[in-house]
Amino acid sequence: MSVFIIRRLMQSVIVVAVMSLIVFVGVNVVGDPVDMLINPEADQAEIERVIRDLGLDRPLHEQYLYFVGNAFEGDLGKSFVFGESALKLIVQRMPATFELAFSALLMAIVIGVPFGVYAGMRPNAISSRTIMAGSILGFSLPTFWVGLMMIMVFAVMLGWLPSTGRGDTVEIFGIEVSFLTADGLSHLLMPALNLALLKISLVIRLARAGTREAMHQDYVKFARAKGLSETRVILVHVLKNIMIPVVTVLGLEFGSLIAFSVVTETVFAWPGMGKLLIDALHNLDRPIIVAYLMMIVLVFVIINLIVDIFYSVLDPRVRLKDAGQ
Amino acid sequence: MTSDTPTLDVRDLKTHFFTKAGVARAVDGVSFTVGKGEVVGLVGESGSGKSVTGFSIIGLVDPPGRVVSGEVRFKGQNLLDLKAEQMRKLRGNRIAMIFQDPMMTLNPVLRVDTQMVETIRAHDASVSKADALARARDALGQVGIPAPDERLRSYPHQFSGGMRQRVAIAIALLNKPDLIIADEPTTALDVTIQGQILYEAQKLCRETGTSMIWITHDLAVVAGLADKICVMYGGRIVEQGLIDDVLDHPVHPYTRGLLGSVPGHNTRGHRLYQIPGMAPSLLNLPEGCAFQARCPKADDACKALPHITNPVPGREIRCFHPHLDQDEEIGA
Amino acid sequence: MSDAAEQTTAHAVDPVKVETPLQRFVSDYADNKISVVAFIVLVGIIFIAIFAPWISPTDPYDLAKVSIFDSKLEPGTKSMDGVTFWLGTDSAGRDLLSSIFYGLRISLGVGVMSGVIALCIGSAIGLIAAYYGGRIDTLIMRIVDIQLSFPAILVALILISVLGKGVDKVIIALVLVQWAYYARTVRGSALVERNKEYIEAATCLALGNNRIVFRHLMPNCLPPLIVVGTVQTAHAISLEATLSFLGVGLPITEPSLGLLIANGFEVMLSGLYWVSFFPGIALLITIVSINLVGDQLRDVLNPRLQK
Ligand SMILES: Nc1ncnc2c1ncn2[C@@H]1O[C@H](COP(=O)(O)OP(=O)(O)OP(=O)(O)O)[C@@H](O)[C@H]1O
Ligand code: SF4
Ligand SMILES: [Mg+2]
Repeated sequence: MSVFIIRRLMQSVIVVAVMSLIVFVGVNVVGDPVDMLINPEADQAEIERVIRDLGLDRPLHEQYLYFVGNAFEGDLGKSFVFGESALKLIVQRMPATFELAFSALLMAIVIGVPFGVYAGMRPNAISSRTIMAGSILGFSLPTFWVGLMMIMVFAVMLGWLPSTGRGDTVEIFGIEVSFLTADGLSHLLMPALNLALLKISLVIRLARAGTREAMHQDYVKFARAKGLSETRVILVHVLKNIMIPVVTVLGLEFGSLIAFSVVTETVFAWPGMGKLLIDALHNLDRPIIVAYLMMIVLVFVIINLIVDIFYSVLDPRVRLKDAGQ
Repeated sequence: MTSDTPTLDVRDLKTHFFTKAGVARAVDGVSFTVGKGEVVGLVGESGSGKSVTGFSIIGLVDPPGRVVSGEVRFKGQNLLDLKAEQMRKLRGNRIAMIFQDPMMTLNPVLRVDTQMVETIRAHDASVSKADALARARDALGQVGIPAPDERLRSYPHQFSGGMRQRVAIAIALLNKPDLIIADEPTTALDVTIQGQILYEAQKLCRETGTSMIWITHDLAVVAGLADKICVMYGGRIVEQGLIDDVLDHPVHPYTRGLLGSVPGHNTRGHRLYQIPGMAPSLLNLPEGCAFQARCPKADDACKALPHITNPVPGREIRCFHPHLDQDEEIGA
Repeated sequence: MSDAAEQTTAHAVDPVKVETPLQRFVSDYADNKISVVAFIVLVGIIFIAIFAPWISPTDPYDLAKVSIFDSKLEPGTKSMDGVTFWLGTDSAGRDLLSSIFYGLRISLGVGVMSGVIALCIGSAIGLIAAYYGGRIDTLIMRIVDIQLSFPAILVALILISVLGKGVDKVIIALVLVQWAYYARTVRGSALVERNKEYIEAATCLALGNNRIVFRHLMPNCLPPLIVVGTVQTAHAISLEATLSFLGVGLPITEPSLGLLIANGFEVMLSGLYWVSFFPGIALLITIVSINLVGDQLRDVLNPRLQK
């Protein structure tokens, strides 16, 4: 088990290193780093000072090491707009984005799995076909437009839910969260559902395919032959088998949820790091952009790592195979 | 239920598969009985409907298959009349089944103890987890699995095929059923283990009065174990009777072909040998006797369905031209 | 009965009259009614996109014709000069139906253009990978894998943030997002084809490499490419709309459907639902019809499913 984790950890470090190189090259070769990292309104003396500070007058490989060194110290430049450390700003906004993404993930499972299992149990029923048609539609719907329509119906027309912001938050372990207050929850509901939409469709498909396959397996028939109730057959024998692909795929999709939250956060004015990125793109606040990219690469790599470990816990076959190597 | 009511009495059972290509009459008018403590061997070529017969009895025929008619009387009660929940209570409790493919029967993501304990608690929720575990351990020991305590905490993929089949057998034994349907349970096991399992099975039947249907290709197994034998061909039982009688004096042309027998020799211990020709597809069986295309004695009469007759006492066959003359040569 | 008889006689009289592959393809495709409807809708949308300037009720970007007095009219109201605004007007008084026609033109144009460029570049790279194999193949596929492990929106945002705004920049970003899918598809089917005998035969005959690639490999990679192409074009259109909505896509001088929706967003909170509702519906219908056509193409073109 620990061999497995260490090996995965090393792979992750390599990917982060490679990606930092790519971001570095993107900033320094494709774009002009002076443009990218220095406030266009800065005067000549200021520019020269920053160039020296950033080591932009040195050879490229030295610059890269310098960049990495700074990154390790958490220094990815100062935001032009806020005048604060870009990384700090990103990290401040991170909990809001993670809360949104986690809620969406949860919704995708809670809504997608039952519908998918149901559709997989009776693939030819009209209700199942309706579910599948809905999931095809879910794949085609432009997320941002659905978000707008949700606001229009539930906030403007019906007035049931608030349309923007996080609402009241409480602090746990030093992190602000919305889901623990009624007001925060009402603010969270629409954005989370909006973000979850695509993944619900995905989970429905996965769960349906998995269920259809499992229902034909001998072990399900044998479970019935043992006299287990249909509930136990479905909830334990079938579900436990389909949860492996569902959790794996969803785990890998968590990164894409964070990426797509850029859209949802803009629609619902959710104060997360995606909104910060879009604002930064508008204001040409390049340090924030660089910080966001490095952060999201890190998040992606960590997620993949966690999913791998989780997967090995869920599926005994993987775990033991790896340990044996 | 009187004392001579058989444990299982299957009457004119028909199970058909309604596929796109046509109706496959996998089981087509099967009747036989299994007495208390009796072992009935069900033999026949691949595709003759043995497994489907077993699944029909426990009510687990997969769609597009369906039991279309007949009766399955278990201790006098017709199982086909039972509601789903009543049937569930019998399954794995009073009637257990062991499946053909040991690699696929256990759920790969659940530990063996989970899969055993749930079998006990599905039928008696009052059993404590600890008691259920103890029973599971005993059952594993009974089928010859070493270090059962450790093995309980393992996952199926950590067992070999033979070991898995023994776990499946142990699961079938857990609730001390009245009837066990064993679908080729020993095919995957090596000879010594096979012997051990057969011995255990026989002992169980003698001591506890458990009845058993033993489905197999292997005549040697039936010969040593069964009290009665049913020979299936094309979804029908073509010959049945007491094991010694049938093996020594088969009267149905198909059974004779199976045994490859020379009259007068003891046929025990022989394996099935392949009869010339192909086993027919169930989708386009000929009218009348299913065996006619391969039968040396077939004539125009065989184009009608032979009814069940008793040419010799204690024997039931479906054939117009049984081999009654014991010295007759095969194919004559 | 009589139909069947007629058919048999027809075959008997004229044995040459066999179904061509195209006829078979058409009849296979027509098996599914929904796909046929989707195809007709898609043709209609493409027609609108091409002929928008001629079939639109008004020219929404002709400042002389747009009147501020017509602004924020509900769907179905008549303008002062008697034109009916079937889908209403926006806050500048532009006819929404006309704006949508023009928007479709831009959205579809950008989507298809980026799709075609990505297809060319991606296929070329995929073919190179498959044909030369070895290190080149490994390197290309590693890049493809890494890129595909990041969500398209993120890749697009990174590119836009490096490249800046503008129509050309958006198309470049969309191409860079898509090429990897084409490369992977082409490489996959080219590898299969490569191992077939006729390539060996062609190589033996010492045909030029180019000739092998274009005469033999290309035609066989086509079916999967068509399928991936439809799906990717739908993605590209959706992605462009998203980027434009976020304000980092097309400039306001190129009002695609995404920009129309973004415009409507501003007035939606005051109850003018139609300004972003209808462009969204247009976008949805476009994407759904492309996806449905793509789905059916996949079923029809998939050799494994063919009888
Ligand atoms: N799910 C199914 N769908 C369609 N037909 C089926 C299905 N299951 C069984 N059959 C039909 O029933 C026939 C009998 O199958 P069965 O499994 O009972 O054979 P068997 O005697 O157990 O053979 P084997 O020794 O190979 O296990 C098959 O030949 C097939 O035509
Ligand atoms: S009925 Fe006819 S065909 Fe069938 S087994 Fe008897 S003799 Fe052979
Ligand atoms: Mg069988």
